[in-house]
Amino acid sequence: MNFARAHIMVCGGTGCTSSKSPEIAAEFRKQLEAAGLADEVKVVQTGCFGLCALGPIVVVYPEGSFYSMVTIDDVKEIVDEHLVKGRPVERLLYHEGADHHGTVHSSLNDTDFYRKQKRIALRNCGRINPENIDEYIAFDGYKALEKVLKTMQPQEVIDVIKASGLRGRGGAGFPTGNKWQFAANEKNDVKYVCCNADEGDPGAFMDRSVLEGDPHSVIEAMAIAGFAAGAHEGYVYVRAEYPIAVHRLTIAIEQAREYGMLGKNIFGTGFDFDITVRLGAGAFVCGEETALMTSIEGHRGEPRPRPPFPAVKGLFGQPTLENNVETFANVTWIINNGPEAFAAMGTERSKGTKVFALGGKITNTGLVEIPMGTTLREVVEEIGGGVPNGKKFKAAQTGGPSGGCLPASLIDTPLDYESMAAVGSIVGSGGLIVMDEDNCMVDIAKFFLEFTVDESCGKCAPCRIGTRRMLEILNKITSGNGTLEDIDRLEELCEHVKANSLCGLGQTAPNPVLSTLKHFRDEYVAHVVDKKCPAGVCKDLLNYSIDPEKCKGCTACARACPVGAITGTVKEPHTIDTSKCIKCGTCISKCRFGAITKG
Amino acid sequence: MPNTKTKVAFKGTPEQEAELKKFIAEIKHEKGATMPILQKAQEIYGYLPEEAQVIIAEETGIPLTEIYGIATFYAQFALNPKGETQISVCLGTACYVKGSGDVLQKVVDTIGCEAGSITPDGKFSIDATRCIGACGLAPVMTVNGEVYGRMTPAMVPEILKQYME
Repeated sequence: MNFARAHIMVCGGTGCTSSKSPEIAAEFRKQLEAAGLADEVKVVQTGCFGLCALGPIVVVYPEGSFYSMVTIDDVKEIVDEHLVKGRPVERLLYHEGADHHGTVHSSLNDTDFYRKQKRIALRNCGRINPENIDEYIAFDGYKALEKVLKTMQPQEVIDVIKASGLRGRGGAGFPTGNKWQFAANEKNDVKYVCCNADEGDPGAFMDRSVLEGDPHSVIEAMAIAGFAAGAHEGYVYVRAEYPIAVHRLTIAIEQAREYGMLGKNIFGTGFDFDITVRLGAGAFVCGEETALMTSIEGHRGEPRPRPPFPAVKGLFGQPTLENNVETFANVTWIINNGPEAFAAMGTERSKGTKVFALGGKITNTGLVEIPMGTTLREVVEEIGGGVPNGKKFKAAQTGGPSGGCLPASLIDTPLDYESMAAVGSIVGSGGLIVMDEDNCMVDIAKFFLEFTVDESCGKCAPCRIGTRRMLEILNKITSGNGTLEDIDRLEELCEHVKANSLCGLGQTAPNPVLSTLKHFRDEYVAHVVDKKCPAGVCKDLLNYSIDPEKCKGCTACARACPVGAITGTVKEPHTIDTSKCIKCGTCISKCRFGAITKG
Repeated sequence: MPNTKTKVAFKGTPEQEAELKKFIAEIKHEKGATMPILQKAQEIYGYLPEEAQVIIAEETGIPLTEIYGIATFYAQFALNPKGETQISVCLGTACYVKGSGDVLQKVVDTIGCEAGSITPDGKFSIDATRCIGACGLAPVMTVNGEVYGRMTPAMVPEILKQYME
């Protein structure tokens, strides 16, 4: 085996791939070849590092030097300076702060973004080449499976998972050990293990990152779950929108079969287990466990009433153990490090860590894994680097279309299942979208409802019809035609849809509306009573005007206006004809004197 | 989003039909093979024309109504062909709060057809997609798979110009 003196880790996650990281890796290989270092320095394409805002990311070991926003033109300099002469390129190293001119750290683990994180589910993301099973094995891969198969009884495995306090990371937070127990209790020859990788919350991408960066951890955990529950077949249902994840998962399954980690007689113990990959086709409802199974069976992905629960009658009518990707990604760590180590992290009832996808108006967009119970303030202000452009934090929306928002007044809420439920939000799948003063909460509620109306499968009436009626009321409000009664009616409708829908999609669809009503009712009232959108988002409620005091008559706005709504003579204050104005905002962006306002 | 039956003439070849039939024969005895078959058909034809759905129904014995029901249920199955240039604007939450709705509107204004449809000459189609996972680059637009990040409406005409020539 060849030992390299240095490793160049190039992020191969979806975000960085979109900014051409594969070309950057190729350029590194080319420049290393040219410098005669091809044998000494190894280039590895890894999974996601998490700090997607600053991609493409390159980390050079052994120092752990953290280069951000690397371009192809930078590669030669890094090779010449850092790898030939041993001097990290200061200019390209990651700088702290919203403007990225702050402190430089020699290693990525010292940065504000990583320091508070505790990476369990993401432990191998950014550390190994996900397309090479040997690298996974080098980091204790398949050790847990061997331990389980050779030294443990199925019930012992279940007890370990129970003792760890692990709960479902897909959203509902159901105790994982209990789920395994229910499936194990069923007496049946055929059982299935199912992995939910249909990550539909728009704005959550941790499951994708695990599959892209560490697919074997999911495969190994599924085999362990199969042993515990008495199942020999597994299915992974993954979104077709994740081509890189599908590709790496498929490679990983093939390699696992080659190495005898999947297939017949694993580790010579007589245990058989194999995995089939099935692709989704773009239906949010398929993230619901029964709908997912209906889809794998080859039908419209409509949910089924529970009970019977999947553990009793699931995939193809057989007992089925179903967990989501992030839940599985914790399993081998728990087996290897013991349930006590896992339970030592987090809060009393929410153990371990949770991955959140930070997005929206935040400096450090990306994936963060934190102990349960870390406060929203720590995530937004410290890890996330705060709200950019000098704007104020307004709210964070968690749990996507099924979740709710946490307003600025609740920024010290600990992020765990109980604390978030207590204030009307949920952990959910872990999407965490930060909003600033320029976001209208009514518009955000409408955005999520448009999503659920679009994605409602249509099977049950409360969801199919109820969400549509709710959206109609919201449209009425944002277009300036709403009344105070509409707000009451909306609230009442929310309760009905929540109480009567068949599956989780409908039961949670009203949450974004209810939580914005709870925390931002004054914004709704402003829309219906004052006919104003305080954040300046809802176009029907906006009027643009020019302040004659500030206008210098430079004509820039009049020339830019696409509909000719602005008139005036040179060096005289201009005016906007609001009947012609389409509220596109072009004039505001052109005005150098801040003379144009909307409201 | 419009997903009704296409009016564009079917241009399938016998080779495509043979490829589809071969795949169906290989897989149809597996449990739950319908979705992979529809996905393969879409890969072969670029969309799911009625003719392909008929072939699938005949070869698998599943009623055409059921095949059509599945094809219309999932957002990814397209009953209309895509344009030579496919433009997608991400409307995931991270992109939306950063203004991707305005980007989409600019694309629609520039190209002259609605999201979810195709221009009459078949040159362009526009889709409003769910999260493509490049949230760090939000708002994001893709043109024929090429990803354009940190978009503003003002950048749209410049980018699309190169595809219009």
